[in-house]
Amino acid sequence: MQIYLPIAELPISVLMVLGLSGAVGFISGLFGVGGGFLLTPLLIFLDIPPAVAVATVAAQVAGSSMTGVLTYLRRRALDLKLGGVLVSGGILGTVLGVLFFNTMRRLGQLELVITLSYVTLFSIIGGLMLYDALRALMRVRAGKPARLKRRGGMHPWWMGLPMRMRFHRSGLYCSVIPIALLAIVIGFIGAVLGVGGGFILVPGLIYFFRIPTAVVVGTSLFQILVTMTGATLLHAVTNQSVDIVLATLLLIGGVIGAQFGGRAARNLNVESFRLLLALLILSVGMRFAVELFVPPSEPFSVVVPESAR
Amino acid sequence: MKRFTALFSALLAILCTWLGATSARAETLIAAMSAHQVQITSNYTGSQLTVFGLVERDGRTVARSGPYDIIITVRGPRRMLLVREKEQLGPIWINRTQRRFPDSPVFLHVASSRPIGEMMSPESAQRDRVGLANAERAPGNWIDLDPGSVRFRDSLVRIMQAKDLYGYDERGVTFLSNSLFSAPVDIPATAPTGSYTVDIVLYSGGVPLARQQTNFEVVKTGIEQRLASGAYDWPLLYGLAAVLLALLLGWGASVVFRRD
Repeated sequence: MQIYLPIAELPISVLMVLGLSGAVGFISGLFGVGGGFLLTPLLIFLDIPPAVAVATVAAQVAGSSMTGVLTYLRRRALDLKLGGVLVSGGILGTVLGVLFFNTMRRLGQLELVITLSYVTLFSIIGGLMLYDALRALMRVRAGKPARLKRRGGMHPWWMGLPMRMRFHRSGLYCSVIPIALLAIVIGFIGAVLGVGGGFILVPGLIYFFRIPTAVVVGTSLFQILVTMTGATLLHAVTNQSVDIVLATLLLIGGVIGAQFGGRAARNLNVESFRLLLALLILSVGMRFAVELFVPPSEPFSVVVPESAR
Repeated sequence: MKRFTALFSALLAILCTWLGATSARAETLIAAMSAHQVQITSNYTGSQLTVFGLVERDGRTVARSGPYDIIITVRGPRRMLLVREKEQLGPIWINRTQRRFPDSPVFLHVASSRPIGEMMSPESAQRDRVGLANAERAPGNWIDLDPGSVRFRDSLVRIMQAKDLYGYDERGVTFLSNSLFSAPVDIPATAPTGSYTVDIVLYSGGVPLARQQTNFEVVKTGIEQRLASGAYDWPLLYGLAAVLLALLLGWGASVVFRRD
């Protein structure tokens, strides 16, 4: 069954989109990430114009993170105070990111910037996470605790910077500066790559601030919900590229997939969870690396500049 | 002076009769489309139109030695097209050079009753701008000295052909009788909305005898049209609706799947 997308201006198979968004939703429910970093490239691969893909995925991510936020709010696994700090930092980062995005587009190198950032970012983050997960697995094999227990008074230097704040739900007493910095970086990357940034925020909060995984996922979803709602509105107003029909299909598949993902996450061992997420992120990075390093079979490409539409 | 004027008007009269006679002796081409509008609805997956045509002769039309040939060129709306080429820079491949093709049709299909190569020489095809490669060539008989330009134009045609937006069907026009012909025009679902022109030219022995132009348009209708125009006319409202829809669906899912 095919349905014509009014903004993307092409027909697409309903079942394929539902299946695809269901699978991505499953992954996003499993790992507490928005799933935008998988969905956007997949849609572009299906010939959907990049601008439409980025804007529509923003709407989809907003909707699916809404489900997650409500669930975590009910389970009291959401730190609204920490979320507030992340959101304010994220907004600043988004503005900077949009400025950078437009500059690169003027210079005609936006595609290269996006590909290069995907490769470096995903390889580094995926690699680090893989290394950490493997090390933890080895420790478990050797009969030692997977991770060194956190003791009172022992914390990395950046948590002791000025402007310390207490985040009760996260069990965190930490300077606001590094948290806001992390949020700015994520807002920046999100605006440039058209992704929510959960895949950076989740490991970032776990590794740099040692916040319990359960609270991290809920709080990261809250941050994503706010930024992606804003991004959807911005895209709709500035370039009219939100496809409401495609967004609805993606949401239906995504929320159903996310439910099953969320249930599967409860039965998944924490260490294999980290290993799987690391492998997933690494493989997306590799996919973009192939594009960059392998000689293309068709070196030419035709584009209709967006402004000429 | 008077004699001169008389001579001049006589010459003019002869010229007029002669011109009238030639036009009476040439064929007339009549053409029609099966529809002048392709409507995009929510289950639209492309469409097919048919061009019908008649070569009209009368008693005074000269006898032709060769058969009639028809060439139909369908051009879609014009946009600026950008062709980029990836080149190796160190270990990576990046877009380095690009050419602009302003005012190029996003849709270009050529159909003929037999291969154009059998109808005329490549030189006259180029001069008359006949065929997929020549249709968008700048008018006039000139040679492009810039080899890069040719490479980019060839790539443009090749890539658009792969997307089914450009195409050449060398036996796309069928003669149903000596003078009646028809040709299907396939509109892929990815063809842009806008107005399309259809140029029909009658040839014999490589010489154009008559031409005719008709057109059709591809438009969104119903809900598709309302959504698309809503997005452009009330962007803020449309954005708010999209956000509301997303959040409602997200909330609905959490209610439906709630287990505690």
